[in-house]
Amino acid sequence: MLLNLTINGEQRSDNVDPRMLLVHYIRDIANLTGTHVGCETSICGACTVLINGSAVKSCTILAVQADGTKITTIEGMAEGDRLHPLQEGFWEEHGLQCGYCTPGMIMTAADLLARNSNPTEAEIREALEGNLCRCTGYQHIVKAIQFAAAKMRTSKAA
Amino acid sequence: MFPASFEYHRVSSVKDALALLSQFGDEAKILAGGHSLLPMMKLRLAQPAHLVDIGAVHELAQIQEQGGRILIGGLATHHSVETSSIVKAKLPILAECAALIGDIQVRNRGTIGGSLAHADPAADYPAAALALEAEMTLENPGGKRKVKAADFFLDLLTTAVQAGEILTQVSFAALGAGTGGVYLKHRHPASGFATVGVAAVVTLKGTNFDKVRVGITGLGAKAFRASSVEKALAGKASDAIAAAASHAADGVDATSDTYASGEFRAELARVYTRRALEQAVARVKA
Ligand SMILES: Cc1cc2nc3c(=O)[nH]c(=O)nc-3n(C[C@H](O)[C@H](O)[C@H](O)COP(=O)(O)OP(=O)(O)OC[C@H]3O[C@@H](n4cnc5c(N)ncnc54)[C@H](O)[C@@H]3O)c2cc1C
Ligand code: FES
Ligand code: FES
Repeated sequence: MLLNLTINGEQRSDNVDPRMLLVHYIRDIANLTGTHVGCETSICGACTVLINGSAVKSCTILAVQADGTKITTIEGMAEGDRLHPLQEGFWEEHGLQCGYCTPGMIMTAADLLARNSNPTEAEIREALEGNLCRCTGYQHIVKAIQFAAAKMRTSKAA
Repeated sequence: MFPASFEYHRVSSVKDALALLSQFGDEAKILAGGHSLLPMMKLRLAQPAHLVDIGAVHELAQIQEQGGRILIGGLATHHSVETSSIVKAKLPILAECAALIGDIQVRNRGTIGGSLAHADPAADYPAAALALEAEMTLENPGGKRKVKAADFFLDLLTTAVQAGEILTQVSFAALGAGTGGVYLKHRHPASGFATVGVAAVVTLKGTNFDKVRVGITGLGAKAFRASSVEKALAGKASDAIAAAASHAADGVDATSDTYASGEFRAELARVYTRRALEQAVARVKA
């Protein structure tokens, strides 16, 4: 079945089997392997991407359900060599250890910060409910998102 | 992990969806957000030969206010209910209930129609739909019919939605003067679903209860109205809440699993019913 969508600004048109999951389309057809597969059962959030700006778990969406949408993956966050403030935050605040959960964390945080530019710590933790990290204990992930929120607020004000 | 093969149909109107459902009968299933159906298909617990995707039927995603009623399209996502200014102003209990479902990602995809039609025994919306006396509109090739929440949930994963029907709208009366409502849940720590969830909606006349409606989910095979609690409070003042709430689990065959025994769930139902009633009363006064 023909699937038309935009990933990270690039328009694509591919023939896919209707049962193909969006995460496999992103990784195996679009060759964007920054989006990870953790649990495959919509629990861990490693596969989180943005569809039209909303964070979703791409292991629980058929690729054909994303027809006509705009998808953003972790590869679409940086502008050339300039890291997105969230990526910078994870770097500066040591928001990752193995990094497996990181792309999903960043995409969920991007949805949060688009809705709420100044979240409280509790709001950040609540937003990350659907993203599991087995390494960090979350402390530095929260700090990374606070770093990004502050940076994005100042650059908007400037 | 991926589903068995199926034929995929994307429709842009309810009419087209109904035509496909009647053409393929038992072989077809509606696909809304897919956050209950796809997990079941990945586990091969469901293997429909045809999926009818209603995700592009945009008119089904609307939330409107009409003649004192709030009308929510079957395809409205949990996120859109949680953030709707109409729902927040007129039915705050429903916005709060939606906000307690799963996580951000799930709320961005899951729909009210999918949740009610799927009728997971631990889903949140059924409790609120019961306590708010929601009315479901079901469309079929012959026309429309309306089903009250009290007649909607029949058994485990079983509702009044017949094969070939689509739940197109859920209608609620806005909470009026003298009325307060609260939804409280004990969240399953892994799945996020309600181990037990209680929705209480109360209307006071002076200091006494004029009307009490309690919907409970998670306790047994299906969500239900706790009529023994409601009856015990008729005409009484709020000092009767504790005694009435002790009947919350009466007559229900409580579910036991590795996380919570039936006994624990029954106790949660009693405690959460008491708290929900107390908070609902406080909201009337506020
Ligand atoms: C990780 C995770 C956590 C979750 N946590 C919670 C939670 O805490 N609380 C909670 O309540 N739920 C929870 N859910 C379930 C979630 O809310 C589902 O999205 C919802 O129950 C089903 O809605 P859907 O639109 O995804 O339906 P789908 O999965 O598309 O469909 C479900 C069923 O309903 C039928 N159907 C769908 N729409 C209609 C319609 N309009 N008319 C007739 N039949 C229809 C389908 O054919 C299918 O049989 C969770 C799900 C996941 C994956
Ligand atoms: S891989 Fe999608 S949620 Fe875990
Ligand atoms: S950094 Fe290893 S899982 Fe999060």
